[in-house]
Amino acid sequence: MLNRFALLALVGIVVAAPAHAQDTIKIGEINSYKAQPAFLDPYKKGWELAVEEVNAAGGVLGKKLQVVSRDDNGNPGDAVRVAEELVSRENVALICGTFLSNTGLAVTDFAKQKKVFFLAAEPLTDKITWQNGNRYTFRLRPNTYMQAAMLVPEAAKLKKKRWVVVYPNYEYGQSAAATFKAMLKKLQPDVEFLPDQATPLGRIEAGAVVQALADAKPDAIFNVLFGADLSKFVREGNTRKLFEGRDVVSLLTGEPEYIEPLKDEAPVGWIVTGYPYYGIQTDEHKKFFLAYFRKYNEYPKLGSVVGYSTIWSIAEGIKKAKSTDTEKLIAAFSGLQVTTPFGKVTYRALDHQSTMGAYLGRTKLEGQKGVMTDYVYIDGAKVLPSDDEVKKLRAID
Amino acid sequence: MNASSIVLQLLTGLASASALFLVASGLSLIFGVTRIVNFAHGSFYMLGLYGAVALTTVFAAGPLGFWAAVLLAAVAVAALGALVEMLLLRRLYGAPELYQLLATFALVLVVRDAALWAWGPEDLLGPKAPGMRGAIDVFGQPFPSYDVFSIFVGPAVLGLLRLLLKRTRWGLLVRAATQDREMVGALGVNQRWLFTSVFALGTFLAALGGALQMPHEPANLNLDLALIGEAFVVVVVGGMGSIGGAFVAAIVVAMVKAFCIAAGTIDVFGAPFPLSKLTLVAEFLVMAVVLVWRPQGLFGTPQAVVRASAAVEAPLRPLAARWRIAGLVALAALAAVALLGRSSPYAVVLMIDVLIAVLFAASLHFLIGPSGMHSFGHAAYFGLGAYGAALFFRIGAPMEASLFLAPLVAALGAFVFGWFCVRLSGVYLAMLTLAFAQIVWSVVFQWDAVTGGSNGLVGIWPSAWLAPKPAYYLLVLACTLAGAGLLVRVLHAPMGLALRGSRDSPLRAAAIGIAVPRLQWIAFVVAGTVAGLAGALFAFAKGTISPETLGVGRSVDGLVMVLLGGVHAVSGPWVGAALFVWLQDTVARQTDYWRALLGIVMLALILVFPLGVAGGLKRLFVREETA
Repeated sequence: MLNRFALLALVGIVVAAPAHAQDTIKIGEINSYKAQPAFLDPYKKGWELAVEEVNAAGGVLGKKLQVVSRDDNGNPGDAVRVAEELVSRENVALICGTFLSNTGLAVTDFAKQKKVFFLAAEPLTDKITWQNGNRYTFRLRPNTYMQAAMLVPEAAKLKKKRWVVVYPNYEYGQSAAATFKAMLKKLQPDVEFLPDQATPLGRIEAGAVVQALADAKPDAIFNVLFGADLSKFVREGNTRKLFEGRDVVSLLTGEPEYIEPLKDEAPVGWIVTGYPYYGIQTDEHKKFFLAYFRKYNEYPKLGSVVGYSTIWSIAEGIKKAKSTDTEKLIAAFSGLQVTTPFGKVTYRALDHQSTMGAYLGRTKLEGQKGVMTDYVYIDGAKVLPSDDEVKKLRAID
Repeated sequence: MNASSIVLQLLTGLASASALFLVASGLSLIFGVTRIVNFAHGSFYMLGLYGAVALTTVFAAGPLGFWAAVLLAAVAVAALGALVEMLLLRRLYGAPELYQLLATFALVLVVRDAALWAWGPEDLLGPKAPGMRGAIDVFGQPFPSYDVFSIFVGPAVLGLLRLLLKRTRWGLLVRAATQDREMVGALGVNQRWLFTSVFALGTFLAALGGALQMPHEPANLNLDLALIGEAFVVVVVGGMGSIGGAFVAAIVVAMVKAFCIAAGTIDVFGAPFPLSKLTLVAEFLVMAVVLVWRPQGLFGTPQAVVRASAAVEAPLRPLAARWRIAGLVALAALAAVALLGRSSPYAVVLMIDVLIAVLFAASLHFLIGPSGMHSFGHAAYFGLGAYGAALFFRIGAPMEASLFLAPLVAALGAFVFGWFCVRLSGVYLAMLTLAFAQIVWSVVFQWDAVTGGSNGLVGIWPSAWLAPKPAYYLLVLACTLAGAGLLVRVLHAPMGLALRGSRDSPLRAAAIGIAVPRLQWIAFVVAGTVAGLAGALFAFAKGTISPETLGVGRSVDGLVMVLLGGVHAVSGPWVGAALFVWLQDTVARQTDYWRALLGIVMLALILVFPLGVAGGLKRLFVREETA
């Protein structure tokens, strides 16, 4: 029965709650740092830089920003628990972050239940701002629909008839594939889709998948794989000459997180979305790029931009609201304009989705490295569905 | 698909079977001799790949550099494996069965963070094998030349291993120890070195398997767990300890996957279903079918009984009066936690998590401890309870009704799967529970219309009167006491006595008229139902559930809690679950490398309390009463 006393002792330790500082604004941040380190390590560096800049400029409302960051262990149960902790123990003014779609949705719903402001930074699922959207939740990154929609006009221009889709078998992959197919069919009614390859996330049998794709003899391939799956797929595809004479349209592959590990084997001529940090000449980006390089002595990745823009959005939002009150924050974020390294973005009042876009281009090899070339920035506002469609998708708050 | 495509798919399957076999053969060797269920095997595989990639940047490019890197990495990891065996596992051979599992799980945590620290978060793609960069022509289609090499590696290693086991004195001893390790020890063989060398060889094979994957996949931090499940499946399907069986099983698994990928789309009830989606669970489907058909795998023999690996558990006694009073005081204190709602609300939130974990761990302990059925897939019943609650709630049932109907879903699951499982024993039983859990997981993961797919279901919040956390806490406390209390009551009832008798000696239990399989089946359903209650409480505590509620991670967490607390103590799950949840919550805030820290704390606890924390404390405090 000694265990009961151990429990008591435990309760005693937990009870000791830290004091609440008055001259700072606390922001709760939740992410899957250990589960997704490749994306979230640069992301963390990005928001740390932003916090430093905001505070160096005098903070907001005369107070310093302080980010209290927690690891959600990559699962929704823990995400909700740390969200509770941030709100009830750390007394944070609002919550931001999350990477995976399921943790993002869990915190979205938590925000609605507890009436807490939540800025989803990274998760891509359409549901966060549409089907499961709520008035407490905003989202920075372009969602899966927008990412796929950017690629479809380019895909249609190829005028290829037989397409095959390969995607990681979970919601992100499924919805990207479904969106792409539906939109391409609209632009190009004679298009034919061969049987999909849905591969288990992180465990693709690249040899067999590439062989099956080659046997299907498609004219073009739409790829949604990323990370280690992408590396395996590209290497196997190169060896088995899958990509010879075939066009490939590929989601996210131009992001440095995913193309750089491929080194000199990076695919050439793929139509991709991504982040060409080496060539964006806008003032906003140059400023960010130099500050980032100076602080960390490495190049930013897309995660860095997301982390950086998240904190700047929050700083601007609080400034506009002149308060950290949840209702005032919601009012301020509806239509809020923020300058990010990608230029001005607006958090739409309609569905709380930001209009951040992405770069669209073709891949090529430059020395030992895969890069994007002929890229253009696609404003997120241009690839969003019509307001009526969004209203139909979005449940009433 | 034409004939040449089929041949190419077959060859591709053979190449990946080869890679899988290398890893599985090491796992099989280690299990056969030391009986360690080595969770860290995948970590050694990952280290082998990382090591090889790192070494190729050190060595000059060229044919020698590549192969030297592969071999050297494997040897270095094997040395590390030997070190782990000598410093850590050797101290645990006397502990109850499965205890080493806890240590190897802690190692997984430490190794992953160590790799992150050493090599950073980015995937590292190593060079291709020199001279085998391209493809050869097979029926007019390109086939990677490295895959040709891979196809031959598997049989070569199989041949060498057979030679080693059949023709050398060391092999003789290994085979003898696989059959009866106590007898080998009694005959004067230095078991310590035998165990160390076997562990080192097994680790070498894992690391070699990893290093040889360099031309196929980048070194990344998710390899360890991605691999371990598949390796276990191959070992079990082949028959534990059978190297040849592992070879055949690797080919079967690889072929089934290749078929799923190549076969395209079929119609299921009029809806198109791409067979490639089955690759999510292909290996577990194979395992379930094989184990139901052949309870010892394809080439396995009945598992040898390990004599006296640990002291047999003393019979349970009713508690002495003063401990009962202490228990009541503790109960009052637990109820008083609800009063903390205002002053430190997070304490209540955390305690809800603790109690749900306690209930889950108690139900698993009921199976592992007194019933002697090792379950590696207990999360299935937790998850069925959680999804059951969510689905009842979403079709409009009141929250209170959903909460109490949900365990019935878990009970139904346990009823069906239990019927198959109780026909097996030991590790085969454990792996069949895992297979069923993975099958349930994959259905939930892909059945978007009902379960919300990988995103899961949201908006499952309790009724207004239970919405305040203290109120919900009291509900959880009441349910936990009721659930855990029921299990303790059963243990002291004739059914509990019969269960423990069946565990200690199934033959004698059957001889005195106990229907052992039926009894175990009932126990399985009882444990599943209680786990389902825990799952339902979890769903309403979080408002969200996703497939990870019934994923393998949660099953392992449950095992860790039970083992950490102590298998042979009724209070074990209480201590283990509380400690584990609290450690996870606290440690995660201390450092970026919290996984490693958690692993190290667990290792320290294992070494100090080889019987589990509650087991150790019980020994300290209760001994004077019984002496």
